[in-house]
Amino acid sequence: MLAPLTATSQATQVQEFVLDNGLKVLLLEDHKSPAVTFQVWYRVGSRNEKDGKSGLSHFLEHMLFKGTPKLKPEEYSRIIAKNGGRSNAFTSSDVTVYFATMSRDKIGIEIELEADRMANALLGETYFEPEKKVIQEERRLRTEDNPVSALGEVAGAVAYMVHPYRRPVIGWMDDIQNLTRQDLVDYYKLYYAPNNAFIVMTGDFSTQEMLLKIKAAFGNIPRGPEPPKVRAEEPPQQGERRVTLKKEAELPFVLMYYHTPNLKSPDSYALDVLSVVLAGGRSSRLYHDLVYQKRLARSVDADYNGLAIDPSVFSVTAQLMPGKEPAEIEREMDRLLEQMKAELISDRELQKAKNQIESEFIYAQDSIFGQAMKIGYYEAMGGWRLMDGYLDGIRKVTREDVQRVAKAYLDRDRRTVGILLPTKENT
Amino acid sequence: MKKFFMVLFNILSVCALAVPATASTTPQRSVLDNGIILLTSEQRALPMVSIELLIDAGSRHDLPNQEGLANLTARLLTYGTQRRTALEISDALDFVGARLSAGCGEDLANVSMTVLKKDLGTGLELLAEVLTGANFPQAEVDRQKQSIVASIRAREESPGDIAQRRFAAALYPQSPYGRPVEGNEASVKALEQKSLKAFYERYYRPNRTIVSIVGDISHQEIARALNEAFRSWQKGDPATDPVPPAKTGSAETIRIQKDLTQANIVLGHDGVGRENPDYYAIQMMNYILGGGGFSSRTLDSIRNERGLAYSVYSYFSAEKGHGTFELVMQTKNETALEAIRIANAEIRRMREELVTEEELKDAKDYLIGSFPLRLDTNRKVANFWAQVEYFQLGLDYPNRYPDFIQSVTREDVLRVAQKYLKPEKLITVIVANQKRIGDP
Repeated sequence: MLAPLTATSQATQVQEFVLDNGLKVLLLEDHKSPAVTFQVWYRVGSRNEKDGKSGLSHFLEHMLFKGTPKLKPEEYSRIIAKNGGRSNAFTSSDVTVYFATMSRDKIGIEIELEADRMANALLGETYFEPEKKVIQEERRLRTEDNPVSALGEVAGAVAYMVHPYRRPVIGWMDDIQNLTRQDLVDYYKLYYAPNNAFIVMTGDFSTQEMLLKIKAAFGNIPRGPEPPKVRAEEPPQQGERRVTLKKEAELPFVLMYYHTPNLKSPDSYALDVLSVVLAGGRSSRLYHDLVYQKRLARSVDADYNGLAIDPSVFSVTAQLMPGKEPAEIEREMDRLLEQMKAELISDRELQKAKNQIESEFIYAQDSIFGQAMKIGYYEAMGGWRLMDGYLDGIRKVTREDVQRVAKAYLDRDRRTVGILLPTKENT
Repeated sequence: MKKFFMVLFNILSVCALAVPATASTTPQRSVLDNGIILLTSEQRALPMVSIELLIDAGSRHDLPNQEGLANLTARLLTYGTQRRTALEISDALDFVGARLSAGCGEDLANVSMTVLKKDLGTGLELLAEVLTGANFPQAEVDRQKQSIVASIRAREESPGDIAQRRFAAALYPQSPYGRPVEGNEASVKALEQKSLKAFYERYYRPNRTIVSIVGDISHQEIARALNEAFRSWQKGDPATDPVPPAKTGSAETIRIQKDLTQANIVLGHDGVGRENPDYYAIQMMNYILGGGGFSSRTLDSIRNERGLAYSVYSYFSAEKGHGTFELVMQTKNETALEAIRIANAEIRRMREELVTEEELKDAKDYLIGSFPLRLDTNRKVANFWAQVEYFQLGLDYPNRYPDFIQSVTREDVLRVAQKYLKPEKLITVIVANQKRIGDP
């Protein structure tokens, strides 16, 4: 019935089990504080959506709070709250995740409610139209009236032509408007099944006890159809793409998206180090030069998103100081990025970046919720066991590796530059 | 890419209690030789240490025409000491992967550090340096002034922030609580190095400081290390309790024009201080009105029933001597007035009818039951005990908290609603595209 595939390592003591219906269960005991996080991860997100149906995964996430034959709309959240728990859900490009954190003696309630949600959601017609309005308000809040986030949306739509990462997770406003209840019902049937989901649980519990509870709650849910694979592959970019967004705002913002592989590539460790050398802390290159010395930027960032199912991007961003021109900072950003290709970083810089990554790795273990998130992202992307090799991979990175990945990926012909140009309404 | 692959949470809800509840272990407390109040909680599971300092050096101490002084002082702590330049400080921190940040509120400045146990020595040395030997180099002062002016501009991009600031200004006229902690562009530009040094000398003193430390340490070990690291830090004027705002603004509606798709709305008035004996009944009442996430009345009527907003919540924030009540929501311009009407109706209903037995029980069960979750990381525990000390709640506060909540009755909830919700005093701020809103 259960196949215990226990693996321990320096990084994790996750225990893996797979139920007969295909549901994978990842358990990590951690007795630091008397709480347990329980998360159900569905392998579906905006990456699985089709043109014209953007926002479907996220819409469905909202509607899965609208009850089952046993549960009134929104009753889920009330039950968790009155049992002293906190619950929520989120949708990303790759996954949709439902979770609660509560005390060990109450977590059984969450386990049963999540099993009910996986199998029996009603997606009630009555609640469909009001919830659509709520989601449209959410889009206004997050994107329409948020200039930097709106720029990210436009640049993402240009950085990708073919791959569904070009679409925003929340969906385009018109698509949200045109989604129907039937779209949700079909999507739920296709993707919400034990064989397309996995459970991550961390905190103060006993593995054997929880496994029995999970089996009892989820074990009888039948396996679903095999969901269609996402086969879209982004063709290599040939030549820089540029977009501008004019919007009411105060300060210009510049972003650069460079196509990169994900964590399954051996280059990912050096890309992580590269991002820290560029923007990890006040002594990092971009921060020190652009924010501190030249005072061109108010803030800078470099972020490598390796935990994506398909190849994603390395982003370099800057919010400008008042009175500065995007062209000027772009030149300076280019100069600093070219330097990474032309010269080796110093030994001390390399060691500093590695120390920063290692200490953040330990700080992250302070939160059971954070640990569950990390296990879940790794599992969604390619398997939680990849976590084990992470610190070793980082330790092995050389100065030459950092230079090599800078040359390989910080290629102007394969980047998208997005610029926010603030406008001011005259009133 | 964080921005593009934005993770969308189902709800933005805030249940803001000024002080959270419960703890696994009671900390050890002592007063060091120079007056620092030290609280420690030993957590050996991870080789790390979390440190939180609260210093009686908030913006309420700003002098007239020097608004932003306290904030600029806090910002500059890590930008140069007698021994190190700003870059040397950040490089030393980054090299061991330590986090050190300094911030400023109206009553308190705070300094936070997270460091690996093996680098605790380096961390404490840096911490002591910034608290005892910051030297405010002129070039750094100029940089930070520019940077603060830029943040003042950047805030104008956030309609929610604009609404909050206008609300505070209307509620607390002529008070430090009505002014942005950062000051304004003109006041920041005029700040001088000598004022910063004087502010630092006067307010950054050990007997105005609470230090809360959680992690892989023992009380004795850390007390010894702090006595050593901070031995040159001399006592100054003792900490003083804040003076509540002299007066509060009267009811008005403030409209601010922005080219937005949504109206950002704040409704509210004055609240109560943390010391008010009705504090717990008020938190229960607010949980039912708008503090309880999906369990609240306003979320039910404004979001779930009518689909008018994604996020709607209310809170009573409580400081020493004063507090604030706010209800915050966003809805498309066209439905702003409808949402405001419903929020007002819910506020009135709290004052007119007893809450149901079920509502009362749900609120109690959540507030008592979720209490361990408020302490589920070392960082949260460090912040918690610093707050408990600041508000003088007592180290047995977590044990007493369930009784404070349990003893509240439906009649208490009605009584505090009638006393502390004041429809006739509501200040309403609407940041929106006013052309699309219409007239009330």
